[in-house]
Amino acid sequence: MSGGTELTRLSAAALADKLTAKEVSSVEVTQAHLDRIADVDHAIHAFLQVSGDAALAAAADVDARRAAGEELHALAGVPIAVKDVVVTKGLETTAGSKILKGWIPPYDATLVERLKAAGLPILGKTNMDEFAMGSSTEHSAYGNTHNPWDLDRIPGGSGGGSAAAVAAYEAPLAIGTDTGGSIRQPAAVTGTVGVKPTYGGVSRYGLIALASSLDQAGPVTRTVLDSALLHELIGGHDPRDSTSIDEPLPALVAAARQGANGDLSGVRVGVIRELQGEGYQPGVLARFEESLELLRGAGAEIVEVSCPHFTYALAAYYLILPAEASSNLAKFDGMRFGLRVVPEDNPTAERVMSATRGQGFGDEVKRRIILGTYALSAGYYDAYYGSAQKVRTLIQRDFTAAFETADVLVSPTAPTTAFKLGEKLDDPLAMYLNDVATIPANLAGVPGLSLPSGLSDDGLPVGFQVLAPAKADDRLYRVGAALEALLENEWGGPLLLKAPELATELEAGK
Amino acid sequence: MSTLVDYDDAVERYDTVIGIEVHVELGTRTKMFDGAPAGFGEEPNTSITPVSLGLPGSLPVVNGLAVEYAIRIGLALNCSIAQTCRFARKNYFYPDVPKNFQTSQYDEPIAYEGWVDVELDDGSIFRVEIERAHMEEDAGKNTHIGGSDGRIHGAEYSLVDYNRAGIPLVEIVTKPITGAGARAPEVARAYVQTLRDLFRALEVSEARMERGNVRADVNVSIRPTPGSPLGTRTETKNVNSFRSVERAVRYEVSRQAGVLDDGVAIIQETRHWHEDTGTTASGRVKSDAEDYRYFPEPDLVPIAPDRAWIEEIRARLPELPAARRRRLQGEWQYADAEMRDVVNAGAVELIETTIAAGASPAAARKWWMGELARTAKQQEVELADLPVTPTQVGQLQKLVDDGRINDKLARQVLEGVLAGEGDPETVLVARGLEVVSDDGPLLEAIDAALAAQPDIAEKIRSGNLGPVGAIIGAVMKATRGQADAGRVRELLLERIAQ
Repeated sequence: MSGGTELTRLSAAALADKLTAKEVSSVEVTQAHLDRIADVDHAIHAFLQVSGDAALAAAADVDARRAAGEELHALAGVPIAVKDVVVTKGLETTAGSKILKGWIPPYDATLVERLKAAGLPILGKTNMDEFAMGSSTEHSAYGNTHNPWDLDRIPGGSGGGSAAAVAAYEAPLAIGTDTGGSIRQPAAVTGTVGVKPTYGGVSRYGLIALASSLDQAGPVTRTVLDSALLHELIGGHDPRDSTSIDEPLPALVAAARQGANGDLSGVRVGVIRELQGEGYQPGVLARFEESLELLRGAGAEIVEVSCPHFTYALAAYYLILPAEASSNLAKFDGMRFGLRVVPEDNPTAERVMSATRGQGFGDEVKRRIILGTYALSAGYYDAYYGSAQKVRTLIQRDFTAAFETADVLVSPTAPTTAFKLGEKLDDPLAMYLNDVATIPANLAGVPGLSLPSGLSDDGLPVGFQVLAPAKADDRLYRVGAALEALLENEWGGPLLLKAPELATELEAGK
Repeated sequence: MSTLVDYDDAVERYDTVIGIEVHVELGTRTKMFDGAPAGFGEEPNTSITPVSLGLPGSLPVVNGLAVEYAIRIGLALNCSIAQTCRFARKNYFYPDVPKNFQTSQYDEPIAYEGWVDVELDDGSIFRVEIERAHMEEDAGKNTHIGGSDGRIHGAEYSLVDYNRAGIPLVEIVTKPITGAGARAPEVARAYVQTLRDLFRALEVSEARMERGNVRADVNVSIRPTPGSPLGTRTETKNVNSFRSVERAVRYEVSRQAGVLDDGVAIIQETRHWHEDTGTTASGRVKSDAEDYRYFPEPDLVPIAPDRAWIEEIRARLPELPAARRRRLQGEWQYADAEMRDVVNAGAVELIETTIAAGASPAAARKWWMGELARTAKQQEVELADLPVTPTQVGQLQKLVDDGRINDKLARQVLEGVLAGEGDPETVLVARGLEVVSDDGPLLEAIDAALAAQPDIAEKIRSGNLGPVGAIIGAVMKATRGQADAGRVRELLLERIAQ
């Protein structure tokens, strides 16, 4: 194993320590990851764009600042991958859609500004389902991303690119976005860690909106501590996002460090009755039960809670999301940016818009735009969008009640392990069902974390989900880090060590 | 097509109901939802940010001052201010709408249920009930190139300027205005005029009609009698001058009467006003109008104005135009008709400033409603646009009051001022128009006049004061009008008595 390969296996926290100690430079770390991308991304296809030159320039800048004795952010010099739904100034941003092919944003998302200000070189943009609509990344207009555990399987979605990049050691850190599970479900099926912060906890300014009231950006990493470090960096109030919470973040890194000592005495862990049983793989449930035992052993009190309205969450979600998306995606019309398709005869503005949207959007996007347009139509609004909002209120109440008896709630992150590419592509409802356990958090705005809890009978990773009350994201990190420490103690190291080694470009060429 | 019915005939047989939607562009420094400057007349597509262009990822943030202005308007219109209200998305595709939805307010306007009293030409008051006032953003501006008269029909291509996109608007919607009868056109015009004055007094907008700061959509329907159910209405869009508002209502009444007389139903539709011909033309038929799919804007949080803040805004409201007019009329002691003329001529501020510069109310009115009004009419400009300031008019009147010039000379001085020759004092000196106030030359002239007309001199000396005018006239002529006629008379009588 070369020195560069060793660097890519380190956690972000470990890399940060080495950078701070000047044992390694950011240019070396960044180059190691660019080399890894060059080696394995032909097989994974996690990246839509690799911005090597810009990343190395940013790395050199951070090295110079460190050499000059400047005080730097803890993660300064640690490279990162960014989901392509986040706008990056000067770097093509497509949201996985043909309609934005070639679009170079003139501005940075707030979270990207924060990454740049803290000196994190941006390696590139990661693949995703078009406009974040999907659970497999198969709806990307730019081809599938492959699960590093089994290249014939999906990496989850919509943020399959970010999760796969981190799982394949192409990046130590990545940014994801989670509207109904797009950070947590890919984390679960790739054996990585993903966090959806409290709604309003991370600025949405510069996130290409899918469903404004549900979208939230968050960390995609290999360890719970790394997520906490990244979350603290990108989180916090932003006056450019009206829904941003104007309060300081809780101490997330401290909570993760506290949790890592493995003591959960006095912590009440609520098991959600409705998020297990039918539809969940036996292996998924078995790993879940084992994790509960570990938590119990660490001193946590395990209680069962009922959230009766979660049964309606999926239905409500698939009305609210398409409704908001149908309006959010109206701006893609070929008039101001992105693709423009001009029909040959009589190219009026209306016909250009129609042709552009017809050719620029994929089937899943069209499906949801049609659904949402219908749900908002006069005469149907109350029955669909109105009712869905009522369900949303009931789900919020379920959470409030549950958090009276438990400090955190837990469930399997996804009902199954990674399915095969193509397996559910023709069955949208089966695909939608994959998010059944992650969606309630988005509807209620509460934070959620997924961490690996072992391998199912099929040898594929299983995710364990922790949910906390709004603005109590620190609880995710305490419980998550504790469980991670207990599990890794059992496994003798991170779960990803059990993943097959990927053939490198060199080997592939043999 | 039906023929137009003569207006007087139409209103004899039909009762008119109108409803007016007025959009006012607020004079905030920045736009409704982003930091782009809300200017006028900039180079196309320069007053923009990612937000005003609706670029992917951009998000709106509410302009707090725009909310305050909207509340000011609501309070001035005697509306209730919402405890909490939300923005909503009005979804429709059009190139000048960057996001393909307009951020507006739907079922939760910031202000609702109010009224405003409108003064008609004869001084009577007509109360207009207000349904709501809500906040929204303006669209960009399309320019169609290659077609006739800049219309989209037949154009080769269109240009879009997004500078205006996102400028804050308040839309004020009346309830159906009934009971105006034949005077509906006048009520419509006076209402829009009243709002314009209100916006200016509230300092929420420059409210310049010619710049499109204030735009009116006029709904008109007619029915056989005031007791009949409401007729089908048409909405005439973008009627952008007071006169046009009045003409558009008048035209629609005549047109609709013609249609109904033919036994044809009125089509509910949007109509376009053509300033040049003074007619309206059919636009979009409302029955197949788009479904705007309104829903609460999820990118913004509800606005819940603090009650104490609202009261503070109420307490800081300036004196409103109607109250101010009543107060000034009392102070100036103008007759009702005089005040009305002053108001209609847009001369209230001009007279007020002139008085502040030292003129009496009567004198100030005399200048602005006399000489200056005539000049403005000749030059076809507004009084306020004449090249003379109220302060200069005040200075002019002071010269008269001090006896340095008489009225006739004052008019010559004013002529000089209007010609750009400078302040009244400067013109007076430059043109050598000062009244001869030295008695010596006057006495010489009197003596000369008496000597030239001995018969008259004799009559006067014998106590018949009838012909003094002839002597005074001769003196005035000799001094080329620069004598104070009053002083000449005094000196003449003294001379004779000697």
